[in-house]
Amino acid sequence: QKVSVEVLHHLEHLALVDFRDSEGVERLQKAIQFADQLHEVNTDGVEPMDSVLEDRCLYLREDDVTEGNCTKELLKNAREKVEEYFVAPPGNIPLPKLEEQDTFLQGS
Amino acid sequence: AALKGGLRSQVSAALKEGRVTPTELCQRCLALIKSTKFLNAYITVAEETALKQAKESEERYKRGQPLGILDGIPVAVKDNFNTAGIETTCASNMLKGYISPYNATVVQKLLDQGAVLLGKTNLDEFAMGSGSTDGVFGPVRNPWSYSKQYKEKSVPKSHSEDEDSNWVITGGSSGGSAAAVSSFTCFAALGSDTGGSTRNPAAHCGVVGLKPTYGLISRHGLIPLVNSMDVPGILTRCVDDAAVLLGSLAGHDPKDSTTIQDHFKPFELPNLTDVSKLSIGIPKEYHAPGLSSEILALWSKAADLFKNAGAKVVEVSLPHTRYSIVCYHVLCTAEVASNMARFDGLEYGHRSDKKESTESMYAATRREGFNDVVRGRILSGNYFLLKQNYEKYFVKALKVRRLIANDFVKVFRSGVDILLTPTTLNDAAPYMEFIQEDNRTRSAQDDILTQAANMAGLPAINVPTALSDRGLPVGLQFIGRSFQEKQLLTVAKWFEKQVQFPMIQLEEVKRHDHSVFQHQKSASFS
Repeated sequence: QKVSVEVLHHLEHLALVDFRDSEGVERLQKAIQFADQLHEVNTDGVEPMDSVLEDRCLYLREDDVTEGNCTKELLKNAREKVEEYFVAPPGNIPLPKLEEQDTFLQGS
Repeated sequence: AALKGGLRSQVSAALKEGRVTPTELCQRCLALIKSTKFLNAYITVAEETALKQAKESEERYKRGQPLGILDGIPVAVKDNFNTAGIETTCASNMLKGYISPYNATVVQKLLDQGAVLLGKTNLDEFAMGSGSTDGVFGPVRNPWSYSKQYKEKSVPKSHSEDEDSNWVITGGSSGGSAAAVSSFTCFAALGSDTGGSTRNPAAHCGVVGLKPTYGLISRHGLIPLVNSMDVPGILTRCVDDAAVLLGSLAGHDPKDSTTIQDHFKPFELPNLTDVSKLSIGIPKEYHAPGLSSEILALWSKAADLFKNAGAKVVEVSLPHTRYSIVCYHVLCTAEVASNMARFDGLEYGHRSDKKESTESMYAATRREGFNDVVRGRILSGNYFLLKQNYEKYFVKALKVRRLIANDFVKVFRSGVDILLTPTTLNDAAPYMEFIQEDNRTRSAQDDILTQAANMAGLPAINVPTALSDRGLPVGLQFIGRSFQEKQLLTVAKWFEKQVQFPMIQLEEVKRHDHSVFQHQKSASFS
């Protein structure tokens, strides 16, 4: 089954990355097909494994401040800043809906 | 001659006795980097700071107070490790111009022991790939392409053809690091290994590539691909050197909560003479489709080598091997989707000029900053993480992961000490041939023998074994039990001694390029 345009659009929105062209979509289709091989494996009664270190206790350290005060260093790599703030364009403006967009997906 | 010896046995002694100085070593390596520029192994060469570090090391040697074996030793680091004050790009437009504000723990450890950081090596963009061909700075060339051994086996080209259109790839994604070590421009290099990214190029470039147990070496500062599988990798010219590097890097790091707390004791490798107590497992599933008959024969020969020396050699089964690539594909893309979310242009890296809204700026930044491979994996990953797919794909893959890890547990529990497998299916492919297939297909093919060790978190090492019919390196892989690096490396060292892998004979290279490279001679080594 092919992935619907709605899902493709949803993915672009979630990932904030675009498919760009039919090759991109084809790539996803192939990836899904490839992943479907997983269903050949019988995993009844098998617990998911998050980490190979699951049998060990996670290290917890003392709640002491050991580093910080590096605002200047960290701001150095940002392109747009004001005083100690990173500057972003206005938020709360959603990306255009599928119908409103002039993307490749519209045509598919 | 000191350039060719082992760190512990020869180079360290030479430095201590003053037969060679850290500055000389550094200068020689820097000169070699310049003359082998066509390999494109380095993205950034930190000449000034390297010379400064070399000078400081020299002062210490003069005072008779070197910090250790690594003091004054030139090393290179893959460009996905943060290095303070030095650009860290991950071979991506997204991080071009990004100057790290800190050192990755492994980098800091090297520097603390006096190592001289020559520069950052080339890779596939964000370590996604198995050829070191998909970074924005171009592909890395395998130094063996310019070796006497390869050239005498090549079909002679006609006058009119570009004489090096048949150069071969390094493998990946740590190709730059492997090429750097292989071409003698450094003594050791750091790579990373998520699906085989250290072992694969090690095999193709004829160097030792060690993937340590997950949790042994800190990932703090290693720009993550798959947090549950990534490890820093070690590339050296001999197994002893890998042990030296491991000794200086392993151990708990409070800044990386996935490092184990067990105390790590650095070790020297014994010279094993008696292998009769050893049990070597040969996993039959590693006779994978596409395995070249040459490598199959070499693998068989190696098994016989152990048998004839008195070791117990048994065939074993890891039944879920063939699903490790599919499993990896899902888990990797899912973790990538998450890990790449941090690149939005606000705090660091590339930022698009689009300013209508935050989201449109993020989207444009990511479109401009990431290549197709990265974007493809992000989209796939997001697909597998959708609510309607989460159980079906992501959780399913986590279950299959356990099955793969359990396969190894069962085999090691049955009395096998070490597994012996091929590292790659073939010797290095010519670049022109390699790029005929897309990145994902290539990765799926090439990672098949290395990926499962990442899935299970086990230590594994590539040991250069012999030259193929084409005159190119072929390596074999040893996989050990968790945190049993000493045993793994001891066996690897024994094997290395038996096979006596030949040294690369780099030829003089004349180039008639008008573009980037001038008429060059590669250094001759005698």
